[in-house]
Formats: sequence, structure tokens, C-alpha cells
Amino acid sequence: MREASRDRIKAFLTLLPSMILIGIFVYGFIGNTIWTSMTDWGGMGALALEPEKNFIGLDNYINLFTGFLGGGFRQDLVNAVYYSVMLLAGAVGLGMFIAILLDQKPKGEDVLRTIFLYPMSLSFIVSGTIWRWLLAPRGGVNILPTYAGLEPMTFDWLSSQSAILVFNWQDILRILLYAASLVLILIGLAKLRKDTRKAFKWLVPGIAAGLFVWVFGDLVPDAYMMEEEHGFNLATIGIIMATIWQYSGYTMALYLAGFNGISQDLRDAAMLDGASTTGYYRHVAIPMLKPITISAVIILSHISLKMFDLIFAMTGPDNGQTGHPALNMYLTTFRGNEFATGAAIAIVLFLIAATFIVPYLISQYRERGRR
Amino acid sequence: MKKVLLGLTMLAALMLLLVGCGEAPEKKEAPAPAPKAEAPAPEPAPAKGNDLEIFSWWAGDEGPALEALIEIYKEQNPGVNVINATVTGGSGVNAQAVLKTRMLGGEPPDSFQVHAGQELIGTWVKADRMEDLTPLFKEMGWMEVFPEGLIKLIGTEDGIWSVPVNIHRSNVMWYVPANLEKWGVEAPKTWDDFFAAADKLKGMGVTPLALAQNWTANHLWESVALAAMGADNWDALWAGKLPFDSAEGVKAWELFGKVLAYTNADASSLSWQQATDMVIDGRAAFNVMGDWAAGYMTTTKKLEPGTGYGWVASPGTGGSFMFLADSFGLPKGAPNRDAAVAWLKVLGSKEGSDAFNPLKGSISARTDSDLNKYNGYLQSAAADFGKDRVVGSLAHGVAANDTFKNGFASVMEMFMKSKNADAAAKACAQLAAKAGI
Repeated sequence: MREASRDRIKAFLTLLPSMILIGIFVYGFIGNTIWTSMTDWGGMGALALEPEKNFIGLDNYINLFTGFLGGGFRQDLVNAVYYSVMLLAGAVGLGMFIAILLDQKPKGEDVLRTIFLYPMSLSFIVSGTIWRWLLAPRGGVNILPTYAGLEPMTFDWLSSQSAILVFNWQDILRILLYAASLVLILIGLAKLRKDTRKAFKWLVPGIAAGLFVWVFGDLVPDAYMMEEEHGFNLATIGIIMATIWQYSGYTMALYLAGFNGISQDLRDAAMLDGASTTGYYRHVAIPMLKPITISAVIILSHISLKMFDLIFAMTGPDNGQTGHPALNMYLTTFRGNEFATGAAIAIVLFLIAATFIVPYLISQYRERGRR
Repeated sequence: MKKVLLGLTMLAALMLLLVGCGEAPEKKEAPAPAPKAEAPAPEPAPAKGNDLEIFSWWAGDEGPALEALIEIYKEQNPGVNVINATVTGGSGVNAQAVLKTRMLGGEPPDSFQVHAGQELIGTWVKADRMEDLTPLFKEMGWMEVFPEGLIKLIGTEDGIWSVPVNIHRSNVMWYVPANLEKWGVEAPKTWDDFFAAADKLKGMGVTPLALAQNWTANHLWESVALAAMGADNWDALWAGKLPFDSAEGVKAWELFGKVLAYTNADASSLSWQQATDMVIDGRAAFNVMGDWAAGYMTTTKKLEPGTGYGWVASPGTGGSFMFLADSFGLPKGAPNRDAAVAWLKVLGSKEGSDAFNPLKGSISARTDSDLNKYNGYLQSAAADFGKDRVVGSLAHGVAANDTFKNGFASVMEMFMKSKNADAAAKACAQLAAKAGI
């Protein structure tokens, strides 16, 4: 007993310095940023020795989402959301596909694995520069067909002005309500098989919310006083391609390790039961690798949220078509001297990242509690 | 027991480290950002006083011009150890961010490069971080040799804040004379002339006006706006006397929207050099760019000014000289103030100016410079600078401060997408209120 308590004290003392450091340099600074985002620190005299800072509450956030000058931020935010979704689908999908191919143990598997993993070792600024050259409007891939005597392509990989999946920012509240009702209904449907009563607790409010917006949509206030259209800008395709190229090798390595970890017996048993290769992966291997998929999603989603250097290298700092909130935050803070607005953008990004990570953490704790 | 002791020692060491970290900012440790920091970092102790740290973004093509100035300085001040702290990146994007973190950390360089005008005044002077240079201007007799209009733009009622090293012109339209002859068009005097020529050019499959990424659109906007509203209104705009959402302001955006329709679609992925290349290669007829384009075409592309490439004031702005200037200021609390003042004296001198500018491809801010050292284009620019109405550039930091400039980039992106002149003018008005114009 005495030995145990002494161990505890030792453990505590050993951890104390890092606890203090993390307390100050992570949580302290997060707190400071939150406070800064609620002041009016910016504009003229922002860089004085003792700059004037007044508490103004949530004004900075309101301006970003509904103010006249927040248009750039809103466009960047929409870009980031589309960008994250495409990157996740692309990198996880492609990584898994390559891993499955390599799992068949083709000839030269080692070499191929190295080749696919290699892009990870480049920094974003380097790969961004290379991809900018490749995707330049009058060079790179666009002139590839001329080597075969064909006409050059004219696709504007990085400079296209068109967008698809366009929506009006005025409607953002209605869209969010629809999305929430869709999530509630989906959760309810998933629970329907196991527990009907619980399922209704999800289904009823979900359907109610959806119906309400459908019928009384006009009652939901406009988020913005005039039409402002945002969508998936085709110019981001080039950037998404470069990021997928860089990170699919990484997800491939994660999956490959996972596939190798599945015992051969299990595979043999599945084959003995008459499973085809596709069936084995679909019903046995991939479901077993759910934790790997979740960690890949979490890692990639926060990488996509803090994306900075790749975009800077490929399309430059001021490009609304491919802008990103992280880039906007840097420019707002260090070029525009709007420290409070910059802090508010940072906190918005922080909250979005939290929506990916917090549910994961909660489910982890629950699982641990069950054990 | 031994383990406990070891643990406690480690803990103590960590605590010391922590305390050390806390103290570091007061001690002013070595400045990390300078990439060329082979020389030891300057000690803040004024007793030493034989270092001079020059903070700039002049590297690459512009490096030799800065070196020429440093040579003169070293000759005059042999005892001083010059530290050339360059942070690369066009128009100071990276350097200014590094500078801000250094100044906020209480660690100013001895003298730093900044675009003359509001970029300095609205940022550092309003924050009370700069020393007034009026006494230096009077001592050196610079009040007489620098044009009056220029001194007004780099000063406020409280003083003069920087020493301009060079003058660039922003409202210039470039073309290749032989190409224009081939297409049968003339360099336009007004935007209406341009539209007439542009329709003809479009029919021949030539891009009428080459444009590049975002900041070059801002650059084009200032020339168009100056043409739309005239020099008096332009000045009134920045003095806060003419609102951005007035009829004149909206008219500027409308004209700009019309001009945009004649530019290339892949603009956002081109650098300004690539836009200039379009003109040289004959894919585009005209390009509005600052006169560093003349340096690029003369030095890199080996074209003769006048025959290889031609220029006019951008349409509708003849008689106005929209300028921007690189300049150096003196931050309060510079570790080696005397050395920095000596550096500023070199910058403002005739000798320094004429050594620097021919290499940089710009003209001297002094009215008495030796024009024989400059090429054909620069001589014509110097002549215009002497007689034209001098107005400040927005895109290059003379007319407005950082806050406005940064916000304007995002207004520009919104306009490119929506082409809504009213909304853009209103956004500018809000931005001006925020930036204190």
C-alpha cells in the first residue's frame, strides 16, 4: 500500500512539468485566443506597445458569418468544407484500394509500397510547387497530348472560375436545419432494428424539424441581407488532387498494416466458407479495420482544416476560388493587423476540428467504460 | 531512493527551463527569423554600437542593388558590422509578418524596409513605434531635393516618417510596337479608345489586356479608378472626403468590370511576369503593370526600350504619376540608433540614390539625380515625375494602410465572382470606416 502511494506521487511528480507546460502553452493559449477573439484588437494602432483592446462579445463572429465584409471568409469556409469532404473520400478510398491491391502480394510489392509512400516524405511547399507546374494552364499535363500529335487540353485546373453544387448563403440556416434533421432521421433509422422506442426519440424530432423547414421555411431568418452564392469551385480540384496524391500513400500504409494484422486463419476460414476475394474484403477485412478508418478520417480531417502551404504554393495567398480559412486567418492577422478577427477565424476552425474529434473521444471513453 | 533523487533533479531541471523560457523575451535572445544570420545577433547593449541590422525583402534580382548601397555605407562607416537580414518573398509578404512578430516581441531591427506612405503610417506610426525624421530631412537639406507632393505623402502633421530610396510608377500600360502595327491598333489614350481597339483584337483571337493573379487586379483597379474619377477625387477618396460608395466610387467599379471582360480567363494562376510574357509573345496586346516590368523586359528579356517594348500612361491617366516607393524608417528603440541614422543618410544622398536605382530599375526620388545613368524608359519616367501630378498607389501601400489593403484583396475576389459594382463600392466604404480612412 505504501509502495503504491509512493509510486503515485512519483508518477504525479514526473507528469507535473508536462502538465504545467501543456496547461500554459496549449490550454492557456487557447483561452487567450478565445478572449482575443471577443475584443476589438485591430486596425490602426493595433501594433502599439500597449494596444487598446475592448471587450465586444461575439461581434467578430457575427461579422464573419453575416457581415458585409465577411464574404471572403464565408467563401473560404465553404471551400474548406467541400475540400475536406473530397479529400477524405479520395484519400481514404484510394489508399484503401491500393492497400487491397498490395495485399494480394503482387510481384515487387516492396518497391511499389515505397513508391506509394514516397510522396509523404515531401513537404507541402515542394509538392505544391511541382503540382503548380504540372497544372499550369499552358504547360504540364495540358500539353501532354501534343507529344502524341493531338491538340493540347484547355482545362483550367487551378484557375477555373466556375462552381458546381452552388447554394445561397442566405439559406444557410435552412440548410443547416435540413442537415440536422437528416442526421437525426439517419440515426433513428439505424436504431430502428434494435430498439424501436429509442429510434422514435430520434426519428420524431428529425422529421418534425425537416417538415417545419419545408413548410414554414420563410420564418427562418436569412443569414445575410443579399444573395451570395458559394459552391464547389472547380479550381480546387487541382489542390484536392495534389493532397490526395500526398496522403493516399499514408492511408495505404495504415490499411496495409491492418490487413497484415488480420490472421491468415480468418482469411482461410472465410475462403473455406466460399467467400470471394471481394466478399472477404467487404464483409470481413474492412469492417475489422473500422478503428483504422476512424483514425485516418480524424488525421486527414484536421490536416485538411489546417491546410496552408500547399494552397499558398499552388494558387497564392489571395485567390477566392481556392481560398482556405487557415490562409485567411494568417493574412487577416499578420497582413491586415486584424488580430481579433484573425483569432475569431482560428476559433471557428478549432470548433470545426472539435466536431470531428469530440464524438470520437466520447465513443472511446464509452468503450473503455464498458470494459 | 536513487530513482526519486533522479526524478527530482529532472523536475528541477525542467522547472529551470520553464523559468528560463519565461524570462527569454526580456533578455532579447538571438533573432531567429533572419535567414542570413551568419553574423552574431546584435546585442541590445548600446555600448557596443558597431552593428547595423538592415531588414528588407530585397533578395534575388534586387539583391545587387541593396549590396551597392551597403558598399557605400561600409566605405563611409568602416567600423560598423552590417547585418543584411533579408526575408525573401515578393512585395514583402513574408518579411512584413516576420517584422511584426519581431516588433511585437520588443526586438526591432535597426532600420527596416517598408512601402512609403500609409503602409508605414497607418501601421507603425499610428502605433507610435517610429521616430520622426523631420530633423534629419532638415539637416540634410532633403526638404528641397524631394518633391513637395512626395513629402506630403510620406508624412503627417506630426512628422516625416521614412526616407524613400526609389520611385516606381504604377499607372503604365505596356505593349510591343511591332505587334500593334501588325494588328492595326494604336496605344489607347482613354478607356473608350481601348474598348474600340479591344473588340477588334478579340476578333483576331488576341487577348486585349493581360492580367495575372489577385494583386495585379488590385493594381489594374487603381489605374482604372484614377481614370474614372480623376486625380482630385482620387486624393479626396483617401483623405476620407469622398465616400467609396459615392457615384464616383461606383463608376470606378463599373468601368473596372467592363475592362475585366477583356482580360484572360486564366489570370488567377499567372504571375505578373507571365502576364508580361503574354504581351511579349503576342498573345495579348496590352498589360497594365508597374515600371518594374520595364526592368524585366530590359534585363531579363533583352528588349530595347522604345523599340522592343513601348509604354503609355494607362488609359485616362495621362498627366498623373501614380507612385509607390520603397523606403526605410527608424523604429523607436533601435539597438544601434547612430548606425541606423548614418544608413538613412546614405539612402537619401544623391550618391546612394544613383548607385541603387539604375540597378533596381527605378528612378530616384530626388529631383537632382544624374539621368545619364538611367536607360530610356527611366529617363522618360523621371521627366514625367518632375512635371506630372503625383498621386499615391493603393496596391502598393501609399494610399491606404494594411487593414484596408488586406480587406481590399478580399473585396476584389468577391467582385470578380459577382461583378456587382454597388456591392463592391459599399464593401469598400465599410472597409474604409474600419481602417480609419
